[in-house]
Amino acid sequence: MSADIFRRVTFRAYLALFLFLLMAPLLVMTASAFNTPSYPQAWPIEGFTFAWFSKLMISYDLIEGLGNSLIIALAVTALSVPIGLAAAIVMSQLQARFRAIYYLVAISPMLTPGIITGVATVVFWRETTRQIGLTFLYNGLFLSVAAQTTFVSTLCMLIILARLQRFDPSQEEAALDLGASPLQIFTSITLPFLRPALISSVVLSLLSSIEEFNATTFTILAQKTLTTVLAGRIRVGLTPEISALAVLIVSLTLIGAVAHEIFARHKSRRAKAD
Amino acid sequence: MRSTSVQSVMLLLPLLVTVLLLASSFYDRRSGKAVGPGFFQRNGIVVAIFLIAAVACWTFLTIIFPQVAMIELSFHPNLSPRQIGGPGDVYTLDNYRYFLFGPPGSPDGYNFLHLRAYGITIVASVFVTLLNFILCYPLAFYMAQSALPQRLRLLFVFLILPYWINEVLRVFAIRLLLSNSGIVNTLLLSTGMISQPVDFVGNDVGLYWGLSYSCILVMVFTLYNALESLDKNQIEAARDLGAPWWHVHAFVVMPHAKPGIASGCALTFMACVGSLAAPLILGGPRTLWFTPVIYNRFYQALNWPQGAAYAFILLVGCVIFVLVTLRLFKLKLGQIAP
Repeated sequence: MSADIFRRVTFRAYLALFLFLLMAPLLVMTASAFNTPSYPQAWPIEGFTFAWFSKLMISYDLIEGLGNSLIIALAVTALSVPIGLAAAIVMSQLQARFRAIYYLVAISPMLTPGIITGVATVVFWRETTRQIGLTFLYNGLFLSVAAQTTFVSTLCMLIILARLQRFDPSQEEAALDLGASPLQIFTSITLPFLRPALISSVVLSLLSSIEEFNATTFTILAQKTLTTVLAGRIRVGLTPEISALAVLIVSLTLIGAVAHEIFARHKSRRAKAD
Repeated sequence: MRSTSVQSVMLLLPLLVTVLLLASSFYDRRSGKAVGPGFFQRNGIVVAIFLIAAVACWTFLTIIFPQVAMIELSFHPNLSPRQIGGPGDVYTLDNYRYFLFGPPGSPDGYNFLHLRAYGITIVASVFVTLLNFILCYPLAFYMAQSALPQRLRLLFVFLILPYWINEVLRVFAIRLLLSNSGIVNTLLLSTGMISQPVDFVGNDVGLYWGLSYSCILVMVFTLYNALESLDKNQIEAARDLGAPWWHVHAFVVMPHAKPGIASGCALTFMACVGSLAAPLILGGPRTLWFTPVIYNRFYQALNWPQGAAYAFILLVGCVIFVLVTLRLFKLKLGQIAP
């Protein structure tokens, strides 16, 4: 019995240490965002200030980067979710003898480090735009969208595929028997069934696009996104404004998580009541 | 892609795939293996065209063609735009030779700087992958097998929270913690345990922490997914039969979770090898990670063919790692879906 208690105590200690190491950087960052010294410092606390937050509002390169990040994220989502949808449906309908090779190609962007995708994209489009004369396409925004779409589509495909595998084909057959056209089946049976997966795809696409750094560093060229501006600034020197920005992002996340938790509890309580 | 032969092969590839697919479906119809409506009848013409166009654009324009272009460029010398297509534009192994031996006539004989960076990147990534597995396995097992639902949801929030901030910011936070005037040094100094700040960043403590921190979520979730599907009764049965706890893990839980462990390790390794933010921001002056080397080939040395060769060399390292993992775990590629 004492061995059991010993194991339980060790596990508790491990869990506490794990969560502490996970959270420590966030706590330090938060503290330094409100502390007065101009070098981000969590301890000792010298005074409480909002100055770093107001400075954030006039950091024009950050704001420009954020704008570009949002444009790229919207374009990537608009491309990746339909591509992921198509890729998942094709996977479920493809002739069996080609499925393995198609799966390998479709999954490969996830198994390739982001920077290699970035390198490949920038090399390919430099040559192609030069040869077909569309040099205006050779710009940071277009290239970043192309590179991120490569692997974000795989992500969407996997999410949609997981849901598609639970699809009951008899629904489709019933609609066919009732005289529905294939297009009607697609829009009023397949898409509504996939709705939850499509919504998570949209959310995850936006998030992973905004946060992407490795491929974007190579493809953004002379332009900037939020992540590249941040990386550039951090390499030059640490300032509390960056902590302030991080605090804003973490708080938005927390609010979202709490809202989701409340929503989930509310839903499960309603489900129990029914 | 400069040579016309490679261009035409690339343009022929989609055609070849189309012919292959049509021939195969024709053969299946003739031999009676395929019955029922075909692809176009089943989806309707509009949806079918959308499906084909979307998948074709994606696989060819963003996956296959760029990789081919990158590999092709890596066999070219570095030329100015005017020289491209001229007499000097020939296939060469110079970029790979440079990786091994350095510039022609270098005194060392080998390109130790880049070879060392490559070696460190691969070895350190293997090390970080193993470390992450050891760190995450107990947590994933607890989450999958014994945590109560509410506790589980709380743990998920805790785990996801650091990953909703930017990778760059995450690394920045670790830098704040460990820099010379960071909080760890401040605390250690004030308690009198040390008299001089410890150079954590210079000693690469920060780098390794940053790397494993970045990949923890991938590992925990892949392991969690694999462990969750294990029937609790199997563990109970093993315990009832008198198996000690490590027997249960080694002979019941881990064999069941093998595909999950393999894909967790493969994904962690990839994320680690390809990580750029952590080495840029946390790498000490003596560490040279391979990804910044590639970046410098492109945007400092302005030698794109060499950068492409280096990227390809990194890709080969990754492929070898995945193949070795599959061989070690005796798995097929299809089984390690992320």
